[in-house]
Parts: sequence; C-alpha cells; structure tokens
Amino acid sequence: MSSLILAAADTVSGNLATIGYGLAVLGPGIGLGILIGKTVEGMARQPEVSNQLRTTMFIGIGFVEVLGLLGLITGFLFK
Amino acid sequence: MARIDPTTTRECALTSLVTVLPLAADGGGFQPPTINDFFPPPILFSGTWFEFNRVELVRIVAALVIVSLFVVAARRAKLVPGRFQSAIEWVLDFVRTGIAEDVLGKENAKRYVPLLTTVFVAILGFNLTGIVPFLNIAGTSRIGLPLLLALWVYVMYLGAGIKKHGVGGFLKASLFPPGVPPFLYVLLTPVELLQVFVIRPATLALRLTANMIAGHLMLVLCFGATEYFLVEAAPAMKAFGVLTFLSGFVMTLFEVFVAALQAYIFAVLAAVYLSLSIADEH
Repeated sequence: MSSLILAAADTVSGNLATIGYGLAVLGPGIGLGILIGKTVEGMARQPEVSNQLRTTMFIGIGFVEVLGLLGLITGFLFK
Repeated sequence: MARIDPTTTRECALTSLVTVLPLAADGGGFQPPTINDFFPPPILFSGTWFEFNRVELVRIVAALVIVSLFVVAARRAKLVPGRFQSAIEWVLDFVRTGIAEDVLGKENAKRYVPLLTTVFVAILGFNLTGIVPFLNIAGTSRIGLPLLLALWVYVMYLGAGIKKHGVGGFLKASLFPPGVPPFLYVLLTPVELLQVFVIRPATLALRLTANMIAGHLMLVLCFGATEYFLVEAAPAMKAFGVLTFLSGFVMTLFEVFVAALQAYIFAVLAAVYLSLSIADEH
C-alpha cells in the first residue's frame, strides 16, 4: 500500500503555485462580492447617486482586484 | 495477500486516473501556454540594449494607429461631427466628464484632463492589441509600458501635492492625516509612507500587467486546446474542441471588456491619487 502511495506521489506533478493562486483568489472573491453587492444595494435605495456609487465601486474594485493579481504574479515570480 | 483491502482498490483507481491524464497530454503534444510567451525571441538588434522583439513591434503598431486616428480626427474636425468624429468625441468627453470632473471636480479637472486622456486612450489601445488578429499580444502585457505610465502618474501626483502644499505641507498632509489620536501615528505613518511612495505606483503598474498576462494566457489556453482537440485528439474528443472554441470566443469578448475596464480603472485611480494630493487640509 505504501508503494502505491509513493507511486501516486511520483505521478502527481505540477506546480504548488496553482494551489497558491486558488487560495489567493478566495479573499478578493469574497471582497468583490461584498463590494459589488453593497453597491447594488445602495443604487437600489438611492438611484440618484448611482453614478457616484459606480465610480467609487470601480475604485474599490481596483484595490481588491490587485490582491488576486498579486497571487498570480507571485506564482510566476517565486517558482 | 488473500484479503483485498477496499482502500487499495480505490487508490488504484485514483492512481490510474492521475497517470492517464498527463500521459494523454504528453502523447498528443498539447502545449499549455507559459510565461515565456511574453518573452519572444528578438527580431532586431539582438544582444544590444535596444533589443527589439514582437511585443515592441506590436507597441509601435498600436502607437501609430492611435496617433493617426487622432490626427485624422483632428484634421477633419467639423462643427457637425460625422460618425467617426462622434466616436472620438465620445471617448474624449467620457474621460473629461466621467473621470476627471467626477473625481477631481470641475475646477481642478482642467489641468489634468490631458494626462488622464492620454493615459486612458493609450492603455485602451495597447490593451486591445491583445485581441487583434496577428498582433495577439497586449502591448501592456510586459511591465515596461505600464511602469512608465505609472511613473508618470507618480511624478504628477507628487508634483501636484508639492505645488499645492509645499514639500513639508504635502508630507504632513499625506503622512499625518488629521483627526487621528497622536499615538496612532506610530502605526499610521509608516503605512501611509509605504502607501504614498511605493504601493500606489507599483499596484497601478502591476494591476494592468497582471490582467493582460492573465487574459492572454486564458485566450492561448482556449485556442490551444481547440487546436489540440480538433487536430490531434482522438475522434471521440473532437466535440470538446467546439466547446473550447466557444469559450475562447467568449473570452475574447471578455478581454474587450477587461481592456476597457483596466483603462478606466487606471485613469480613475490616477485621478483619485491626484485629488488626494491636492485635497485641502480639513
């Protein structure tokens, strides 16, 4: 049985960075969900300020999104 | 061993599954995209400082197209705009009202509209080369160009702050935000220092580059898989080629959206950083 596990360990190949990127997008994913959901909520409550809300949302998206992208970059940088 | 352990058989099945997948890929010759796609071999001046490769060629083509579009639009400018002039004017008006005046206010916006327009149009153009046939790589997918634009914004917002408040006043306004209990400055000032002088320009450049790298890799993955399924894979697998081709098509449309969105985010953040620098002290 242990030889089988070893065989499995031999055949499973790939880069750990893939898992790292998967972990790295969890936080930004939750963040984007909250951010965009709350903006939609605000727009539904007060449609007259939706332009301002949209701009602010995109600024926030810029900050949140860069976290996920840093995960992508570090996967390539630290092999 | 007479008794067969149920876990052993399950592991057997798992092991065989794991071994089959990479072997199928090796036998057929499917090549997933790598980061080397962004470092093509030089085509001119190899080995010198002015090494010239496909990405730079794409950048020059994109720059020529952008400049000639605007030159033609300016030459043929009429009081009653035609379709082409309306499109150009729509873009310019969008940057002026949608980005500059929205974030900076009408009075401050005037001085920075040229900067924001140049940044927006340049990034949009260089991003869109990623989906143009035969160019197929975004000019902004290497760090150089985004870094240059980010440094320009960096110098501009530092300069704007220093011009408005003086060196000391600017440092005080951005490193010691008012309305905070004094002992919190121990925590806040280093964070703000890093934020203003390192993180802002670095994330501007990285966000754009990483988006374009990810987009290019996704497109190559989709169309590479399509080619593999249709040409090399077993007949039963060919149906997957249609699926990957469709997803590649959808990804191309998504890339158009991302190209515009990234240009917008870069320009909006540049405007936000400028407005933070020139904000009045409260």
